Parts: sequence; structure tokens; C-alpha cells
Amino acid sequence: MANQGPAYYSPYPAAVYEGVITPPEGKALLLETVVDEEVAMREIAKVMLTKENATIFPGPQVLYGYNEEAKKKATLIKEMAEVLNAKMIPMYDYRPKYPKIDAEVEINPNHPNLTIWHNNIKAAIFIGVHCHYANVALKMVRCETDCYTVAICGLSGHEDAMATLRDQHSSELEKFIKIAREVKSELKL
Amino acid sequence: MSRITDMTDTHNWSGQKLVTADHMLFDAPREKHFMTGSEVLKEAIKRCTVDASVSYPITPQSEAAHLIGELWAEGYVGTYFRGENEFGVMSEVAGCAMAGARTVTTTSGPGTLRAMENFPQWSGTRIPCQLVLMARGINSPLTIQPDNLEVSFMLETGCMIWYAENVQELFDMSIAAFIVAEKPDVHVPIVTVVDGFFVSHTRESVMLPADDIALFPYEPYKSPLPPIDSETPPGRFLRDPFVMKSNYISYATHASWQWEVRSAVERSRPYAEHFLNGLVHTTGNEDATIAFVTCGTASHQAKEAQRDLEKQGIKTKVIKLRTIRPFPTKELLAALDGVTDVFVPEFNVVGWLEKEVKTALYNKHSAAIVGGPRVAGGMSMPSEAIQKEVFEHINGKGA
Repeated sequence: MANQGPAYYSPYPAAVYEGVITPPEGKALLLETVVDEEVAMREIAKVMLTKENATIFPGPQVLYGYNEEAKKKATLIKEMAEVLNAKMIPMYDYRPKYPKIDAEVEINPNHPNLTIWHNNIKAAIFIGVHCHYANVALKMVRCETDCYTVAICGLSGHEDAMATLRDQHSSELEKFIKIAREVKSELKL
Repeated sequence: MSRITDMTDTHNWSGQKLVTADHMLFDAPREKHFMTGSEVLKEAIKRCTVDASVSYPITPQSEAAHLIGELWAEGYVGTYFRGENEFGVMSEVAGCAMAGARTVTTTSGPGTLRAMENFPQWSGTRIPCQLVLMARGINSPLTIQPDNLEVSFMLETGCMIWYAENVQELFDMSIAAFIVAEKPDVHVPIVTVVDGFFVSHTRESVMLPADDIALFPYEPYKSPLPPIDSETPPGRFLRDPFVMKSNYISYATHASWQWEVRSAVERSRPYAEHFLNGLVHTTGNEDATIAFVTCGTASHQAKEAQRDLEKQGIKTKVIKLRTIRPFPTKELLAALDGVTDVFVPEFNVVGWLEKEVKTALYNKHSAAIVGGPRVAGGMSMPSEAIQKEVFEHINGKGA
């Protein structure tokens, strides 16, 4: 069972307690380093294209068509999955489902490690998940698995992910998909 | 009565022009007024496009809750009602905030403790409400003197805690508090503390911007948890339940959740730095080897002692902590560069700030730390009491 996190079975130290906080506006985080958004996008694409069982975890904010932006994002995420050769496992809602969760078809923020362990996922993108639940999940994934986590966030980003982009709306997702296509071509995949 | 449907892109329901917090706090022209802390809190709330306020205005400590009620009658606050008791008030504040309302209440003293269970529940549900705590002590026989013992009970609730020294700081802090608390990566409750009586009842000069401007409204759909809204997925009439099962999975969630709340408080640092112009303010002799580390009105008294000591040829400085949670350890260490003796004057009996300072400096700074004087409410803290503490320590024996 994977256990490459810094503290194994405890989510402490959380990244904040190691001096890492969300990136400033216009920037992104790669591990502990603040970088330009495009640098992070290229690294994220490379990781997703080269790690085993790369998976996108779309959350409620992009799973339900409650406004036009959500619908547009959902379409782009499908395109993103195709470009990255990634699977998709949705996070429909946030109620704990242990022990009945079907880890093949669903991930839950209260026990995200079950889905990652079961599906042997080595890289994952969280997108459209409300920030608190993303952070609760990311801390657990960080400590209990060796999954490279990416948070693509419409707000301030997530320092507990290994890579995070902030203020990501549909125009930024289009930019990411374009960069991912370039990286895929460079890697001859 | 105010209605959210009366809002436009440029003006709120009471016709005030919507402005950013930076404009309100740094750019808007100001005029001089002469007000008590309670009155100035009313003026701050008037400029914050507040959706809801709940009160239990029985305390003799301040008129603040009553004055916010007047704002509702004048059409500035969206809704206002009284709770059945302090526990009820804080629970109702939680309900308002979870439903997406910018919400404020005030309390002090024993009422704070009666409502105690709510405060960690507030932070656990990531609501960005503001509690203005006009501290008055909690002991029996009851006091309305400026004790601040109840702050020690708030320290580990997961709420941010800011401490204002005077009426001006109360005005500016209580406006900035909403903005920082509502940042999506922070989004925890904020407790804005002043020492009751000295600040709540004392009339001081204060510079205020015009009252025809107000903050942009709170945006609940940027909340890190879904607001209670059956129309927006995942639709809920209640928040998702906390995990209560006794198994390993619930342990992991519980642990991660708690670290996340504390992480959220830590993420407030850069925002607080901006709006408060630093987490600590230092006055007095920069190269002094004696420092007073203070918060609230003890800062004012320490500044008076600093001036009196300077006349006697003794150089000191006052390091005022503006945030208690997050605790400004890095800033305090920088301000203590070259200091050999630290004094922590407090209005309470237990010395909670002394303990905070000692914890922060343990193995990081070699200065001797003296907890005192502690006047335990019930009296003022004259400059002479602070000077006596300094002389006793320097002489190494009783004065």
C-alpha cells in the first residue's frame, strides 16, 4: 500500500505548518515553489501524461449544470481527460459513505484514499470541489498515498496539493488544454 | 425594511455606493468625530452591507447590539432579531452565515461562556461571521470593568482573533475583519476584541469616511463549503454531517478537518498584514533593551509608562500585538531584536498573553519574560504600576 506522504497516517504537518500557503494572484504552486501559471500547467500536463492511472476527480461545481460557466467547464474537462489520457471518477457530494463506497465509480472527500488505493492512481486532478472538502481530501491523500495531486481551483488554490492553479475559469482551462496538447506532442504520446 | 432584491451592481439596498475595502480603509476621505466604541461600531457596521445581526442585548457592558438594531430600523442592516439567550444568539448567527449572510453579533463576559459550544462549531463549519467581543471578565461577583479573561477561553476555538486598542482601531478592524474572514482560502469566523468600558464607553476622536459608501456584499458562492441552498448542487437544507463513527476513517477525516481549520487561520496572515498594516505595531525607542508586549488598552497604558520611563532615562518600547490568532511569532521575534527584558502587562488575572508570548519565544529568544503587572480587572493599570514592575525586575528585588 502506498505511503509516501510526509507523515504517513497523520495529515500533520499540513503544508501550512511547513510554511507553504496558497499562491498569490497570477501565480501557481509546484510543491513549495511559487511559479508562473504556465510553468505549472506544463508540469501538471507532464505528470498526468506519464504517471500510472492518471485520473480527474470532478466535483459538484462542475458535475451539475447549474449555470453556463459550470456547463462550459464540464465540457472542457471532458476534453482535458481525452488530451491527458485520464480516467474520470466523480465526487458527487460530500456525505461520508464508508464502508459502502464503490471505489470504482466514486471518490469521497472523507475517505479519498480508498478510491486512490483501489484504482492504483498515481496522479490526480481535483477540479470543481468546494475548497474545504478539497483541502480535507488533499491532506489525507498527501499523507496516506503516493498520488501526485493537482488542484485546479476557481478561487485561491490549495497548498496541500503537489501542484495548484488558482482563479481557473473556462478561459484558463482552454489554455491548459492547449499546453497539454503541446506537452503530449513533445513527449510523442 | 431592507431587501436583498433592492441591490444593484453599484449600490446596496440602502442606496450606499459600493466600494472595495481598500478604498474604504485607505483612500476615502475622512472627517473627525467624537464617539464611544459602541457608537463607532455602529458606524462601521453601517458601512459594511451587513445582511444579518442577532443580539441578546441585556448586558450592561455595551450598547453595541442595541445600536446595530437601530441600523436595521434605519434600513442599513438586512435583518435583525434577538435570541432567547446567548447560546441561541450564536446558534442563530451560525444559521444566518451558513445560509450565505454577512453576519455580525456582539457579546462580552459571561455571555461569551454561555455560548461557548458555538465558537468551535462556527470555525468547523467555516462560516465567516464576525463577533465583536467587548471583553469584561467572567468572574463572580460580576464585573463590567475592563477585565479580558474571556479571551483566554476563545484562543483554541479555531476562530481568528484580532485585538483593537482604541475606538479608531475598532472601526478599521471591524471593517477589515469581514473582508479577511470572507476570503475563500480563510473563511473562518473572526473575533474582534476590545477591552470593554475603556473602549466601549469612552468617547474618543475618530476619523470616519462618509456614510454614503459601503463594502460590496459577501459572495456566499465563494464559500469553501456549499451554502445552504436547495437550488445549487449539492443542494442541501443542512450542511453535510460531521463524521461521528468511531473508526479509522473517521479519525482521518476528523484530523484532516481540524488541521484544515487551523490552516485557514494561518492563511489569513498576508491579508491581515495588508489591512492592519502589520500584525504588530512598535512604538517607543527602537534600540531599547526593555520591551512591553501588549494587546488592547494595556498597550495604551504601556505607552504612557514608556514615556514616563524615558523621562527617567530608561529606554523602552511597546510591541502591540494586533492579531492573537494567528499569533504573530515571526513579527514579534523581529521586534524583539536586541531586547533583554520583556514585560507583559495584562488586565486579567491569569496572564494568558504572558503564556502566549512564552510559548512563542520558547527556545527562540533569550530575553527574560516577566508576566505583569496583572490588575485583574476592577481597576485601571496606571503607568506607575507598570514602572514598578520594571524597577522591581531591574533591581532584582522588591522596589
